[in-house]
Amino acid sequence: MTVETKLALTGEDVRSYSESNREPEWLASKRSEAYQLAETLQLPKPDKTKIQNWNFTEFPVHAVKDEPLTGLAELPQDARALIDIENQKNIYVQRNNTPAYLKLSDELKEQGVILTDIFTAAREHPELVQKYFMKDAVKVDEHKLTALHAAFMNGGVFVYVPKGVEVKEPVQVLFLHEGEEVSLFNHAIIVADTNSSLTYVENYLSLSKDSKGLVNIISEVVAEDGAKITYGAVDVLAEGFTSYINRRGLAGRDATIEWALGLMNDCDTIYENVTHLVGDGSVGHSKSVLVGRGTQKQNVTAKTVHWGKGAEGFILQHGVMKEEASTIFNGIGKIEHGASKSDAVQESRVLMLSEKARGDANPILLIDEDDVTAGHAASVGRVDPLQLYYLMSRGISRTEAERLIVHGFLAPVVSQLPIEGVKKQLSEVIERKVR
Amino acid sequence: MSTLEIKGLHVEIEGKEILKGVDLTINTNEIHAVMGPNGTGKSTLASAIMGHPKYEVTAGTVTLDGEDVLEMEVDERAKAGLFLAMQYPSEISGVTNADFLRSAINSQREEGDEVSLMKFIRELDSKMETLEMDQEMAQRYLNEGFSGGEKKRNEILQLMMLKPKFAILDEIDSGLDIDALKVVSKGVNEMRGENFGCLIITHYQRLLNYITPDKVHVMMQGRVVKSGGPELAQKLEAQGYDWIKEELGIEDETVGQEA
Repeated sequence: MTVETKLALTGEDVRSYSESNREPEWLASKRSEAYQLAETLQLPKPDKTKIQNWNFTEFPVHAVKDEPLTGLAELPQDARALIDIENQKNIYVQRNNTPAYLKLSDELKEQGVILTDIFTAAREHPELVQKYFMKDAVKVDEHKLTALHAAFMNGGVFVYVPKGVEVKEPVQVLFLHEGEEVSLFNHAIIVADTNSSLTYVENYLSLSKDSKGLVNIISEVVAEDGAKITYGAVDVLAEGFTSYINRRGLAGRDATIEWALGLMNDCDTIYENVTHLVGDGSVGHSKSVLVGRGTQKQNVTAKTVHWGKGAEGFILQHGVMKEEASTIFNGIGKIEHGASKSDAVQESRVLMLSEKARGDANPILLIDEDDVTAGHAASVGRVDPLQLYYLMSRGISRTEAERLIVHGFLAPVVSQLPIEGVKKQLSEVIERKVR
Repeated sequence: MSTLEIKGLHVEIEGKEILKGVDLTINTNEIHAVMGPNGTGKSTLASAIMGHPKYEVTAGTVTLDGEDVLEMEVDERAKAGLFLAMQYPSEISGVTNADFLRSAINSQREEGDEVSLMKFIRELDSKMETLEMDQEMAQRYLNEGFSGGEKKRNEILQLMMLKPKFAILDEIDSGLDIDALKVVSKGVNEMRGENFGCLIITHYQRLLNYITPDKVHVMMQGRVVKSGGPELAQKLEAQGYDWIKEELGIEDETVGQEA
């Protein structure tokens, strides 16, 4: 007997939502299948975090309707601060569940670069979307949350860079949350075709403090042979959400995916960032920083899976825990049989700022091949008293010294973000959260 | 003129007494050298004055112009005018040398009176030139991946930028080749003057060839056992420490041994 979960929407709701988006038939039927799977599939089992009682299924409204923006200047100040309005050439903004603003330079358009919301992409580029949507990177039937995601998808973005095209300036995407009814089931597909390159930066930003909704986000990031994707993200979502955020990459032969993720949510969140190093000589670098506060519970898994020969995986996770927050960091390097000459390195460090906080760093190496190199470092501790002494011996107060050490500890992601406004925002969010 | 006065200083580390009554008075415009073999308490003296968390002062006083230094937090000691060039400076990842120095300088100034960025950069550039440091060192993370010699230069750079009343240099010469030693000495000599006093802690006389001390003290068994002028350092270089031990009837000069 399987336990059926009663879902917030009916199958009929899903079908009519799909119709209202004029989705192609393959997508509509994929959603229906996903809906049925969602009723019976189990929740994922993140290591050492019990999520059986987390609410991943109930939410007030599936999709709210907002007005599109006529210009970026209309955005509220907090969102505007992320954008260099005059110089940002390629940008997509989604307000709640509504595609609100889109700008793509003529140059990129002529080169065949696509930047659009996920529903328009499904209508206008059905073959491309069908090729990548929940097929190779993330599958619908992995667990209840992937199935729910496919069934309830209510937003997202599609970015495609054709063969050989180098996108020099970053593509910026803003997902804004306003209002407590809102839920985000966003799906992002980011593809860099053979020998192309792309820098993509996304922000999840709550503009209102209250939320009763769900976040179930999936990004599928594909770097085909010889391609390079730099993926930056800063998540700042409000306390009331329950979040599942899965960013997964596939790297082809000699392809590179570099992640720089600022995980700054105030809500309970399950994070997953897996990079499949499929091709020989592929490279995956995953850097993430997190600040936990209040009674927030989070689980962060970063993983590189080595399939190709000579695949290089690097994971860095730095977390700061304060108050009664609790976070489990799993760093996993998995080398499959045949992935000879692979290198899997990881570093997980947790800085505890209070007695009641909890932080675990679990470094895991799973190796099915002999001819490889691998290494891991993990630590959980307080601010080093000798570092404090050193800084204070130069006249810096204890508070300021601690601040410098914490910022320094979280710098590996801040320094990697390629958009100045986003870099500054992450610094400011860190400042606000650790104070 | 300012005065740093150490009287009857007793210091323990993890329950073990290292300093057993040190007396030393330094005025600005003076350079003192504290010499002595390994394990006699020299570095403990430096760390105790600055307020290292592992060292506990059990008796005695340290005052700066009459103010009780031992009552002060570490940052207050720095603000009062003390500086310690450390033997093993910490590495702080993610904090650039330049940002750290600017925070340090601003911490000694009133709010609203922060040093201007231009002025700061000009001064930093010029001091780094004196110390023959590569400009890119300013943007590297504080001491992270620095070689031994780079760390020492960086300590002297901080000294020159912060301009304290009193600097203690804890074995600044250890691990330096002769060229680096000359450069570091040039930095310290530039500081010399009416508003600066210095306590140089060293095993070797060779640093004192480049920075001539006004007074030389020898430490053994956690005390200053002999003081003199620069000629004392030269005698130590020529004859070693044995004659002092003989003179004072000391068999083992390290801490924990009694005469």
